[in-house]
Amino acid sequence: MTTYRLETPLSCEDVEKLVAGDVVFLSGPLFTARDKAHALMRRAGCPVSLEGAALYHCGPIIQDNRVLSAGPTTSGRMARYTEEILKNGVRAIIGKGGLPGEPFRNKAVYLAYPGGCGAAAARQLVVLAVHLPELGMAESLWAFEARNFGPMIVAVDAHGKDLYQEVRRSAGTRI
Amino acid sequence: MSELRDRVVQATVRALERAETSLPDWVLKEIQEASDRESNALARQHLQFMLDNVRIAGQSRLPLCQDTGLPIFHVRMGRDLRLDGSIYEAIAEGVRIATKKIPLRPNAVHPLTRKNSGDNTGPGMPDIILDYVDGRGLSITAFPKGAGSENMSLVGMLNPADDPFDFIVRMVAERAANACPPLFLGIGLGGSFDLAARLAKRALLNMPGTSQEETQLLKRINSLGIGPMGLGGDTTALGVKIETALCHTASLPVAINFQCWASRSATEMVL
Repeated sequence: MTTYRLETPLSCEDVEKLVAGDVVFLSGPLFTARDKAHALMRRAGCPVSLEGAALYHCGPIIQDNRVLSAGPTTSGRMARYTEEILKNGVRAIIGKGGLPGEPFRNKAVYLAYPGGCGAAAARQLVVLAVHLPELGMAESLWAFEARNFGPMIVAVDAHGKDLYQEVRRSAGTRI
Repeated sequence: MSELRDRVVQATVRALERAETSLPDWVLKEIQEASDRESNALARQHLQFMLDNVRIAGQSRLPLCQDTGLPIFHVRMGRDLRLDGSIYEAIAEGVRIATKKIPLRPNAVHPLTRKNSGDNTGPGMPDIILDYVDGRGLSITAFPKGAGSENMSLVGMLNPADDPFDFIVRMVAERAANACPPLFLGIGLGGSFDLAARLAKRALLNMPGTSQEETQLLKRINSLGIGPMGLGGDTTALGVKIETALCHTASLPVAINFQCWASRSATEMVL
């Protein structure tokens, strides 16, 4: 278990060295997207470049351009969009609960931020811009500046290892 | 009348403020004790980060989780109390004020158009569980419920020959990771299709359980090794509470209401 402090945009090398179980802190630009932003991007394309990006499944509370609470939402609801999002060049998806691991192979990692920790996360994020504001506060595509955003656990790495699946499989044998 | 209505509105705002920015002491104690027992280092780190997060939320008086939930309330109202006007309307007004003041995230949308009402109120919201009690007292418990854990909840209409505890353990093993474990599990056993679900919600309000069945079920769930956030560890659930009702001789309804580690609630006495 190694701890990494990485800057976005992420390179292929950044992603390749990460192994499931490692801890990551991210700094640099970070984009949020959840249910409605994903659906809209499928229809109309993405309003920002996602090359090397970290995409955060999050519906934050923002007041006067200040991040008040911004923990992760359940990634599973966005599972149907993983392949097309990764095709846009996203190298890290951040959320909670995990995503099927296969689309990440040789491309990207899934990072788990501790769920329910919105107040702590807000202290590590600054608003840069808002895209798709017509979707409302929680569903907009926010551009944040991440400052040592973490701790995040590499839950799915680019080499086919998936911590959630290992834990679920092991739990299945103990029922 | 307007004075009592105003007290209900203000109590609703205060209850939501406390529920959203802090956790009940007993919940914090359960998390700390689980962290002391936990053998997995990553799991311990998660539990401590959760406690840090609650401290930060309390200091800054901001919501500990960005999912400030749907507005659900448990109201205990004296039978002899005469309240002119609607208590539902007064609590809804409190929700609208709290949404701006705390602030809360506007979460309530129409199920088909997905249009957001903007203030967490509208048809069916807030949802109020009302109990009449002896006397003239009035208390309001705010119990905001986030979607991550609520989405994993379910009602199973089992065959009476099935083992309901096997069903519960199987469902928790499949679903826990998405519900922000360590969990509190409200179980509704018996009744009808909808009564089972109501019992499960009430079980969350009466957490934690201490009966032999509840303790054994908790132990079984924690032996699964799912751990905090589904990433492995000894701490999968912090509490199990079972509420029961008689059911039809041909039925065995089992409802599981998942609750994340941040079991938020706060009670204000109005009278």
